Amino acid sequence: MALLELENVEANYGAVRAVRGISLSVPEGAIVALLGANGAGKSTTLKAICGAVRTHAGRIQLDGKPIANLSPNQIVKRGVALVPEGRKIFKDLTVKENLAMGAYARGDKAGIEADYRVVFDLFPRLEERQRQLGGSLSGGEQQMLAIGRGLLARPRLLLLDEPSLGLAPIIISSIFEALRKINRERGTALLVVEQNVHLALRNASFAYLLQVGRIVVEGPTEKLRADKEIVESYMGVRH
Amino acid sequence: MFGQQVMSGLATGSLYALTAVAVVVVFRNTRVINLAQGDFAMIAAFLGIVFLKNFQLNYYLMLPLVILCSMLLGVLVERLVMRPIADTDWLTLFTATLGVYYILHGVAGWVWGRDTKAFPVTFDAKPISVFGTLVSEGHLFNMAWAVCIGLVLFLFFKYTKQGIAMRAVTDDPETAKLMGIPVRFIVLLTWAMAGFLAAFAGILLAPIVYVSPEMMDEVLVKGYVAAVFGGLYSIPGAILGALMIGVAENLAGGYLGAHYKTATAFAMIVVLLTFRPKGLFGIQARREI
Repeated sequence: MALLELENVEANYGAVRAVRGISLSVPEGAIVALLGANGAGKSTTLKAICGAVRTHAGRIQLDGKPIANLSPNQIVKRGVALVPEGRKIFKDLTVKENLAMGAYARGDKAGIEADYRVVFDLFPRLEERQRQLGGSLSGGEQQMLAIGRGLLARPRLLLLDEPSLGLAPIIISSIFEALRKINRERGTALLVVEQNVHLALRNASFAYLLQVGRIVVEGPTEKLRADKEIVESYMGVRH
Repeated sequence: MFGQQVMSGLATGSLYALTAVAVVVVFRNTRVINLAQGDFAMIAAFLGIVFLKNFQLNYYLMLPLVILCSMLLGVLVERLVMRPIADTDWLTLFTATLGVYYILHGVAGWVWGRDTKAFPVTFDAKPISVFGTLVSEGHLFNMAWAVCIGLVLFLFFKYTKQGIAMRAVTDDPETAKLMGIPVRFIVLLTWAMAGFLAAFAGILLAPIVYVSPEMMDEVLVKGYVAAVFGGLYSIPGAILGALMIGVAENLAGGYLGAHYKTATAFAMIVVLLTFRPKGLFGIQARREI
């Protein structure tokens, strides 16, 4: 049984039906990519999973138990955390306080302390700046903080919404290196929404391609890497 | 003379600060300008009389009971009035607090009467010398309480999980929700805090102004002026604004004549908003990334 399973999920973005019957699954400990052009419904899919938008049809299951339309607080408690698009750091909170808010739904003090350590080892820059305000960090540091904040929930599934957006290539590769390390060492499954096809196909083991709210292509990334033209034609990018 | 005027101005200002801070705390987490903040304090003062006179309780037994009741009043207003309309626009919310203002005025008048009552506990006007300046015992007592409350708030917002979460909700309610912070509970907590601050405002002010349904009306307005002074988002700004107003109106009252007292607060806000429309500390612009 997969860790996360979506079956014919439909959800709205505002008044628009942005997700029109999506089925996908994320196996335990896997890295899965969700690709698609702007407006394909990627972010709405992630928001439906974490409880921020209501689903109108279909099922979302975590470990075989339905989680659709639970509150975000309950879904975080069940082990799903989100790294939002545009990072959405609390800019008037310090780095340490931002991390603490990731752990809001938890009560295990010792475990939380241990997870600060994990994040600081992963991103030493955050430890140096732990007393600085989130708003004073650079874009790359904010992305690290957003990932760290997600990890503080001690998720089994981390949802990442465009983690490469607006970052320099060298920062992007260090961030994806950190994500692979999280996946390898903690067994955290990752569902990554990306517009950068190359990056996603290089890092994930399985990918889904969305177009106007539906999945049009899916498969192991090895296979999709060979058919890159198909993927790119759907994405509307040329290289 | 000047030193005394400043000291008693600071004492009055620290009471305005209790209202100003409550206005800021509620506004920045709910977008609501709470017109009923003064009435929370007025109800607290009446309850103080009830506990002291009718139940013959001692002051330090009365105080926690009043705090509890006042926090409960804040929570009830949130649950019964504000939450059902939480998704409407600011004008509806603002008008709802005006409704609460009139209801609480009416209820207090109906239960306890419209005439003013003396608070059973008063302080000696007997002055004490502090660094060569004479200050009345009551003023010292009020300032000491205000400082303690300020400290408690600082520690709460800086070191407790719920305090940090309240700031996170101020910063970005959408994201706070996505991170698993129960925003509705935090909003409830915000209104409880408004009640907590109102309890002190009411009890500390009661010996000075007499207790009546209208006792807080002027203080409320000055609390707003102080909150706007600080930019509506900043707690230190609101405190500074309140102290400045307290001192300025006291000096105006002392040197220009008593009837200039209230006008001073408004003159100050007009001047400030002319030159710094965003308040002393600036209303934070919501930065879009």
